[in-house]
Amino acid sequence: MLKHIDEYRDKTLVETLVRTIAATVTRRWTIMEICGGQTHTIMRYSLQELLPDEISLIHGPGCPVCVTPVDLIDSAVELGSRPNVILVSFGDMLRVPGSHDDLLRVKAQGGDIRMVYTPLDALDIAEKNPEKEVVFFGVGFETTAPAVALTIKQAESRALDNFSVLVSHVLVPPAIQALLDDRQNRIDGFLAAGHVCTIMGIHEYIPLAERYEIPIVVTGFEPVDILLGIRKCIEMLEQNRPGVENAYPRSVRPEGNMAARELLHEVFVRVDRRWRGIGAIPGSGLGLADAYMKFDATSRFDLQAAETEEPEVCMAGEILTGRKKPSDCPLFGTLCKPENPLGALMVSTEGACSAYYRYSGSSMAEQ
Amino acid sequence: MCLAVPGKILSIDESNPELKMARVQFGEAIREISVQWINDVAIGDYILAHVGTALSKIDEADAKYTLDALREMGAPELDP
Amino acid sequence: MNRNRNYTLQCPIPESDYKNVMLAHGGGGKLTKQLIDKMFYPRFENEILRQGHDGAFLPPMDGKVAMTTDSFVVDPIFFPGGDIGELAVNGTVNDLVCCGAEPLYISLAFILEEGFLLNDLWKIVQSIALSAQTAGVKIVTGDTKVVEKGKGDKIYINTTGIGRVLPGMDISPEHCSEGDAVIINGTIGDHGIAILSEREGLAFESTVKSDTLALNRMMMDVFRKKPGIHVMRDPTRGGVASALNEICLSSRTGIRLIENELPVTDGVRGACEVMGLDPLYIANEGKILVILPKYDAEEVVSMMQAHQAGEQSRIIGTVTGEYPGMLHMETTIGSTRIVDMISGEQLPRIC
Repeated sequence: MLKHIDEYRDKTLVETLVRTIAATVTRRWTIMEICGGQTHTIMRYSLQELLPDEISLIHGPGCPVCVTPVDLIDSAVELGSRPNVILVSFGDMLRVPGSHDDLLRVKAQGGDIRMVYTPLDALDIAEKNPEKEVVFFGVGFETTAPAVALTIKQAESRALDNFSVLVSHVLVPPAIQALLDDRQNRIDGFLAAGHVCTIMGIHEYIPLAERYEIPIVVTGFEPVDILLGIRKCIEMLEQNRPGVENAYPRSVRPEGNMAARELLHEVFVRVDRRWRGIGAIPGSGLGLADAYMKFDATSRFDLQAAETEEPEVCMAGEILTGRKKPSDCPLFGTLCKPENPLGALMVSTEGACSAYYRYSGSSMAEQ
Repeated sequence: MCLAVPGKILSIDESNPELKMARVQFGEAIREISVQWINDVAIGDYILAHVGTALSKIDEADAKYTLDALREMGAPELDP
Repeated sequence: MNRNRNYTLQCPIPESDYKNVMLAHGGGGKLTKQLIDKMFYPRFENEILRQGHDGAFLPPMDGKVAMTTDSFVVDPIFFPGGDIGELAVNGTVNDLVCCGAEPLYISLAFILEEGFLLNDLWKIVQSIALSAQTAGVKIVTGDTKVVEKGKGDKIYINTTGIGRVLPGMDISPEHCSEGDAVIINGTIGDHGIAILSEREGLAFESTVKSDTLALNRMMMDVFRKKPGIHVMRDPTRGGVASALNEICLSSRTGIRLIENELPVTDGVRGACEVMGLDPLYIANEGKILVILPKYDAEEVVSMMQAHQAGEQSRIIGTVTGEYPGMLHMETTIGSTRIVDMISGEQLPRIC
């Protein structure tokens, strides 16, 4: 029994929630879960199958490895191929393809690529290998960025001058705004990412909910949590009551985690960032603040950001705004598969296309 | 986007004020996790861990309230 | 579940000679002979090996002969619950068991890296000897090669196993039919998590030990009484999900797992939650999946439970006519999920 996990994977509670959702819903609604972790749970437990037909779930851009722009992956690949560099990142980042290679292939060709559970472990690698440059490929949203900020502060106190970070952090609210600004979007309500809000709190979502007159429900990650979020969202939609509500109070406080937020503001500044599959979103990324620029891998290694083309046929944009389903794409499951992803949403198991492929049996149907 | 897992604090090491660490138990697996951003953390508390850092302390009262409310809603009515 | 390995015996090659493996240990000359005479022969002692030819002469066998081969490259070579030598014997034995055969003979080939500690080789040789003895198989022929330092990683082992198929046994995925039960002999994911817990960058403190174990004694009992088993698989690399997916694909039937019935320890579960891994895809080294007609299932489970290797045996699923060619699972919350083949190695995830 795993406490605070198994209670939220309970069949009886799920049935209760599904019943109350069905009793509340009177018309068709489309809800987007922002976070790839939530997409994973929805697919892993086939939650859509349990919900009334009126409710469609569409899967948002909240998979950090999926939205990491191709040019940054190309930079990581280039760095990882250098003989004096040890490139360190999270497991799921290693498989994501850039324009030619992914990091696992670089490893196969002799690059020193290491996988860690926590960025803090990259510091030990830097300490043990003083003759090498150790670069951490820092991807992730507001949840992950503080851990990288903490790592950078530690690198400073430990005076590690062979450590740097290839920063690719992104922020959720600008992405929500970009999706809502797309006039063809079909999104009626959002499930906000509970772990991002655990750090950031809920305040930045209030102006979004007001401006676009939409319900945003802060939601957790287990099946019961996601159904609690959906139920709250449906209630708000049915009552025509836009706003922000918290369906994950055991973790999320309204103000977030102040210590982690302060650290974020100290180490990072907001920058413009391109998202794979979506394009440039103003103010949607984090870059290092001036005081920490000495840890910036892009400037340390004088990396040139080359604009890279994405496949034109890829429907990532339409899938993310709810106009198309992954299976509507002519490339889905034929040319574009998890083994050979062409578009952003196929690259990680949390990407909408990849999750759809894995858990819908598309891979077997073709065999 | 962010896999964060609840684990129980077994011990806390505050020797480095910039990097407060704890031994945290997940099921029967144990890892060192930074609890730098968690106020008044104590042995026995559950925290949510993501890439080696604790994001928050799980509020036991809120967790209980949510589950109790759901269980009550699902319970068969005693007086139909 | 794992026996205490006795590593206390002194390495029979005096340290004053050589502490490390030299290229000459694989050269066929004096040092090779010393390895064979002092390390291998005394530990693997049996009449077939003693023939001392280039190959082994095996006595005639009744019925069908099963043969399997496997290579072992595990890193670390000593891990919680076992070592590469034990793994090699048990893995080969279990592959033969999955053919419905009684394992009898094993060949053993070492590829050693120059500089590998002779003392570690000695520990592994003892472990192989003990595992072979426990499983009741004979090491009948072997080979040793040494590669230059850096051209290999400490030690690789290749084995070939030969066994006698028991009368009446006819194992094939094609025999899988609707209604068959799927049995497993215990908890899943232990070996893979034991190895992962030692891996640089992902290491954690863990109570999980590798489940490496020979399953022949338990299964011979079953084979003799219930030879009507349809198919068996040992869910090693790729775990239970990959093994059952292969069966689904070749049998064109569906298999439905019940998630609540899958035995997983809290050690494996905790590690999987933290790393974002699915125990269904994690390697096992002492597990067997048995698919057989439903009417024999309960009895076979009881027979397996009578052995230490099968104390936690249980039915975890059913062969179905639904979802042909696909492994699917009733989740803990009652929904149905497809359990796909995995693309590549399962990597820890952050999201």
